[in-house]
Amino acid sequence: MAVVEETYDVVVVGAGHAGCEAALACARLGLETIIFTVSMDSVAMMPCNPNIGGSSKGHLVREIDALGGQMGINIDKTFLQSKMLNKSKGPAVHSLRAQADKQMYSLEMRKTMQATEHLTLRQAEVSEILVEDGQIVGAKTFSGATYHCRAVVLCTGTYLKARCLYGDVIEYTGPNGLKAANHLTDSLIANGVEMMRFKTGTPARIDRRSIDFSKMEEQFGDERIVPFSFTTDPESIQKDQVSCYLTYTNEKTHEIIRNNLDKSPIYAGIIEGTGPRYCPSIEDKVVKFPDKERHQLFIEPEGLYTNEMYISGMSSSMPENVQYDMYHTVPGLEHAKIVRNAYAIEYDCINANQLYATLEFKKIHGLFSGGQFNGSSGYEEAACQGLIAGINAAMELLGKDQIVIDRSEGYIGVLIDDLVTKENREPYRMMTSRAEYRLLLRQDNADLRLSKIGHEVGLISDERYEWVMKKEQLIAEEMERVKHINIGANARVQTFLEAHGSVPLTTGVKLSDLICRPELDYDCLAEIDPERVQLPYDVREQVNINIKYEGYIERQKKQVEHFKKIEEKKIPENINYDDVASLRIEARQKLSKLRPINIGQASRISGVSPADISVLLVYLEQAKYQSEHQA
Amino acid sequence: MLHTDTIAAIATYPSNSGIGIIRVSGDDAIAICESIFKSKVPLHEMSTHTISYGFIFDGEEKIDEVLVSLMRGPRSYTMEDVVEINCHGGIFILQRILSLLFRKGARPAEAGEFTKRAFLNGRIDLTQAESVMDLISSENEKSRQNSMNQLSGVLSAKLRSLRGAILHEVAYIESALDDPEHISLDGYADALSSKIDDFSNQLQRLISSADDGMLLKSGIRTVIVGKPNVGKSSLLNMLSNKERAIVTDIPGTTRDILEEKVRIGDITLHIMDTAGIRQTDDVVEQIGVRKAEDSLSEADLILYVVDSSVALDENDRRIQESLKEHYTHTIVLLNKSDLNQVVLEDDLSSYGLTVIPVSMMDGSGVEVLKNAITHMFFHGDISANDDLMITNERHKFLLEQANRSLALVKDSIDLGVSEDFFAGDLMDAYESLGSIVGEAVEDDLVNEIFSKFCMGK
Repeated sequence: MAVVEETYDVVVVGAGHAGCEAALACARLGLETIIFTVSMDSVAMMPCNPNIGGSSKGHLVREIDALGGQMGINIDKTFLQSKMLNKSKGPAVHSLRAQADKQMYSLEMRKTMQATEHLTLRQAEVSEILVEDGQIVGAKTFSGATYHCRAVVLCTGTYLKARCLYGDVIEYTGPNGLKAANHLTDSLIANGVEMMRFKTGTPARIDRRSIDFSKMEEQFGDERIVPFSFTTDPESIQKDQVSCYLTYTNEKTHEIIRNNLDKSPIYAGIIEGTGPRYCPSIEDKVVKFPDKERHQLFIEPEGLYTNEMYISGMSSSMPENVQYDMYHTVPGLEHAKIVRNAYAIEYDCINANQLYATLEFKKIHGLFSGGQFNGSSGYEEAACQGLIAGINAAMELLGKDQIVIDRSEGYIGVLIDDLVTKENREPYRMMTSRAEYRLLLRQDNADLRLSKIGHEVGLISDERYEWVMKKEQLIAEEMERVKHINIGANARVQTFLEAHGSVPLTTGVKLSDLICRPELDYDCLAEIDPERVQLPYDVREQVNINIKYEGYIERQKKQVEHFKKIEEKKIPENINYDDVASLRIEARQKLSKLRPINIGQASRISGVSPADISVLLVYLEQAKYQSEHQA
Repeated sequence: MLHTDTIAAIATYPSNSGIGIIRVSGDDAIAICESIFKSKVPLHEMSTHTISYGFIFDGEEKIDEVLVSLMRGPRSYTMEDVVEINCHGGIFILQRILSLLFRKGARPAEAGEFTKRAFLNGRIDLTQAESVMDLISSENEKSRQNSMNQLSGVLSAKLRSLRGAILHEVAYIESALDDPEHISLDGYADALSSKIDDFSNQLQRLISSADDGMLLKSGIRTVIVGKPNVGKSSLLNMLSNKERAIVTDIPGTTRDILEEKVRIGDITLHIMDTAGIRQTDDVVEQIGVRKAEDSLSEADLILYVVDSSVALDENDRRIQESLKEHYTHTIVLLNKSDLNQVVLEDDLSSYGLTVIPVSMMDGSGVEVLKNAITHMFFHGDISANDDLMITNERHKFLLEQANRSLALVKDSIDLGVSEDFFAGDLMDAYESLGSIVGEAVEDDLVNEIFSKFCMGK
């Protein structure tokens, strides 16, 4: 029987947030790309929370945008409400979060994909990868069709051998009742990929008509909406926003949960997968924090074309009837009607230690992966990995250098480095505390940090990159100027300071000294800075931040210098750690397994001590001399 | 070159002859040394491979008369600028100068670091790489064990609790930043400010106890031996000039005594393992001298207490037998010299031992004893454990580093910047303290966040 046989450059498996970015990146770089999804109606689907961004995740979206990814643009077109979190804190932890219209988000992404040249969307389940001599040569679908290709990007999300659970009900499906992908795991294992099992969960969706919002606190969006994408004109997205609502659980809720714990598949031991501590089920919260009298719940809209409201903070895998009972104890949800049950989902994924920081498999040339398949959690975490995996698959096929964003360049770098280097025992979520150089890795300067890479790769246009360079120059010039402008202790200045609750001057100072005062900033000082030229907002913002926090920023830059030095010490790919006799056994085993690409990465592996690193440095030096000698 | 920062360490094992060398290597070696060294020609003007005579100053205070040799890179062992300070004021001075160098910007050298630098900078032939690697790993193992063994139990408990408290604060800040809608930081800066004061006070106390050599089981490892009720505990009380509540006759009455420290002038006696003394009693009376010998062989100084009002018996003879090998650093104390003397000095000095008549009742002879110990120490008859000082200096360096990080947090609070700026410096303090107890950081913070604060969607 004749079977379908086609040839592409790149095959992307899965059209979630990671898959979409990977496929778009490859196609935009001119590679013939095909992306497979188990359902054309689930492209860029948001099966859990209806928002994009949030603390540290907002940073990821900005970085995706600066590299030429799609997520920021897509949410700017489809958000219902937007909020800059942590606005009262330092600029490094400001983070944008938007409520998404889930349906529109998905549709908009599909529209973009379908309008992209070189990109083919195909509904089918990929069941096999084809490998010859350690090189990817294609993929096969369950229907038997063969797709020859030179690179495969796996973005299977939570679909591999997925099962959804609540109470004693087990459904062998992916999220939202979609078809699970039950065959690919075996092919991966046959090709030497080590699999593991994680779990996550989601709360119920409730019909908004059954909710009494008068018993809840209304939560509004920001008055002035800030876009995610550096390409979005802020004026174009100011619009009426949809509200969220805040309510709380109470002792009664907790009592019901405690009394029914034995019916939860997690506590009954039915679930084997490891869940994320960041998204604990309400069962977990009640058990782990018994002293807490109540837990916050945010009731969030899922979209303009549905009545469904997402009950954030109350994910669960309790039986259906217990779900009703517990939701009904919450003020405003007394008569709640469930539209979709809460459930836990288990799925196959990998330990990302099997990947290089480029997201290519160490053992299979041309095989890349991103997203929840790599053991992460969250749409944004997935999208940025998909983007990097896609870019690197393309770089490989185009014969160009693959990219690695390091820990000092972006949250993306922190996330990927953590995934491929550290022991990861739960779905990994981004957190700002994981970024050691976070004062430099702000959401406001993602374009300044990463556009160069995006441009070199070919996803950022010349025109856009020129503006970033121009912006850089304007910032530098203006910083130089404010550091030299003298402000005298004259009457006009003193009156100005007094009006702003700031201590009057005793002697003249530089304008930059006044910017540093907590109660003042660059913008408000325009009044006593007559020579100032009108600059765009994003330039002014950078000048203000860089001057105000200069001391902290400079300290961190010094740390980065040191970090870079170690990061630049490459470890040859063919190193045999058994030759390095003085390494402690534990270190030797870990290094052999993880095969770090540089000394910096080696030093972050748990079980590798500073003395092991010293030994390694000496060994590398010796090896270098020897190879130079032979050459 | 990977490292350009400046390292310092005692290069010779400090001997009690009072002479020792401190080696400093790195970009700032000359500047750092010059800031504490006064001589006719300033250090930076000296030509390479010359020696200069001068004095080490701590501020206004003259600490030691020294010879300083200068070797400019690349013509030095490490191929970096190297300064060697030849001191002769004794080991305490050596220690003090080292600590001064740390304060001026040098940091303690890691295991085998001078050699490592020499190798990486191309000074050492690559055929010797194997031995360089072995050196690094063996020195590391040694220093790690030293550090662990010598850290006193009280100190490590204190450090652990302090670290825990600091981590808790970071976790609180971080969880509020990650989940601002659940956890609020209102009024937190003030609360933190007073907590930092408390942490800092605790650190300050630890730092001054490092100055007193009290951090470690350091000092002269001293064992007091003798039959029961000859006055061993009274001796301890008298040496430390204070009346102790607990005397050692009742087994298990105290564990504190395990860590007992006594200062005599510049010298610290670390009365080791008084439980051992008790065991010595048992051993003498019941089991024999085998175990006593073990504890004696570990001692730098042995104080053998004899009741001069009671005739020597078989037990005394057995003790004396075991002291034979250790006679150079043993002092016999003829206690109860105020009573009727049955045992005379000559009965004991025939073994070649130093004998001092004392009375724990009226305190006579104690000054003579103290002088004898001081004399023996500076003449090299007894020595302190060398590694201890080095460990102690490293610990002190890290404690001070932690304290500086806390001071930066204070600055940030006073400046009125937001809470996210506090976390980095708090974490630095946490890591410095962790290096003392030898605990890696790993995912401590994330674990603390999730275990202490309920957050997440």
